[in-house]
Amino acid sequence: MMATPRCYVSTRKGLFTFERNAAGWAIARAAFIGDNVTLVMHDPRSGDLIAALNHGHFGNKLHRSRDGGATWTEIATPKYPEKPADYQPKMPVEGMPVVDWSLKLIWALKPGGASEPGVIWCGTLPGGLFKSEDGGDSWAINRELWDDPLREQWFGGGADHPGIHSICVDPRDARHVKIGVSCGGVWTTRDGGKSWKVTAKGMRAAFMPPDKQYEENVQDPHMVAQCRSNPDVLWVQHHNGIFKSTDGASTWNELTGITPSSFGFAVAVHPGDPDTAWFVPGTSDEKRCPTDGRVVVNRTRDGGKTFETITRGLPQQHAYDLVFRHALDVDDQGRTLMFGSTTGSLWVSEDGGDSWQALSSNLPPVYAVTFEKSA
Amino acid sequence: MPSVRFTRNIQRHVECPTLDVPGATLGEVLNAYFAGNQRARGYVLEDDGRLRKHMAVFIDGRQIEDRDTLSDAVSANAVVDVVQSLSGG
Repeated sequence: MMATPRCYVSTRKGLFTFERNAAGWAIARAAFIGDNVTLVMHDPRSGDLIAALNHGHFGNKLHRSRDGGATWTEIATPKYPEKPADYQPKMPVEGMPVVDWSLKLIWALKPGGASEPGVIWCGTLPGGLFKSEDGGDSWAINRELWDDPLREQWFGGGADHPGIHSICVDPRDARHVKIGVSCGGVWTTRDGGKSWKVTAKGMRAAFMPPDKQYEENVQDPHMVAQCRSNPDVLWVQHHNGIFKSTDGASTWNELTGITPSSFGFAVAVHPGDPDTAWFVPGTSDEKRCPTDGRVVVNRTRDGGKTFETITRGLPQQHAYDLVFRHALDVDDQGRTLMFGSTTGSLWVSEDGGDSWQALSSNLPPVYAVTFEKSA
Repeated sequence: MPSVRFTRNIQRHVECPTLDVPGATLGEVLNAYFAGNQRARGYVLEDDGRLRKHMAVFIDGRQIEDRDTLSDAVSANAVVDVVQSLSGG
């Protein structure tokens, strides 16, 4: 018997669990009402759920559910190491150096590989990558990355501090992990975090002075998505365009000529077809809203040679919904997609993005949309 | 001993009853309190021990001066109030 399809929608005022029943998708459960839920991770190995909450005054916390979201318990929060007394920060390319070694935001949660139950990776602002080996009961910062001199040059993109928002664990080898950093490019480890290398060759940062635009460590990938069936194919929605790699992030190619815009935050890739990916474009960085007030989804099915702009079921007049980087997801069949917006709209497609249906226009601002997936 | 009281708003996240704890500086007083309530520490202090940006502490009604190392003096019969700022909401 197939499990009930389920999707977790993290919002500014709570966590909403949508389930697919005979009548369609509907909210089956609400949790943390009134609290700022920034992210949820479902662990296909254990069934655990981990929710990241940002309480503002009281800081960021993690809660775990081991009964499908019926009850939650607060677990350990990643804690930054003590800063050496003689530490002198180096100035990054722009912005402020990370002088506060203190957690600002939990921005990525990813289960480790099938071969390492209990391992969870956690990306944060101001640039620390944490790992748990016990399902979230304890966390340790990855010192190798944190102590890398290039890490000190990362800078904030939008936020005041640099942050790790994307974590891709290679399904063929759990030691092979990639992270996306705003702003710091894409980084790769092939030995489980013992050594790291920036792997953003070919990315272009139009926001930098001309002689620095191709520097790898200044890139602002908004989101990195890895194809599950062909993990050497990665798609990136970058600050100034869409980039793709077919060689495991060794090199990147910019895809151009995309209408109505190649700007955006979110990207999802078909788990079984590396040539199919979805984006939700917006007017370029200085405006950050849908072009001409029309919400559209851009889809490619030929590896980025062409893109089609899909409007069916989406508002085409005076809609100003912005879709954040974690607020678009595709299920593990590559058929059902969902995305939510800053103005509380949520849309679902059950035909691979051909058409869309509004599930709500009244949710709190949506930060993340996460399908429950199989191991 | 100084008495430490917490804002009502924190109570729904982590229970923080009013307690008398030893200490001659704010840092010593809060450390003594958190020794018996480790989870509450992260709700009030940053990872590096500073007072969270949008928290405020009063000692006998006087707002503290040292938010970084919590060195403000606390007298034996002082009342320490840990509240949230109106900023940061």
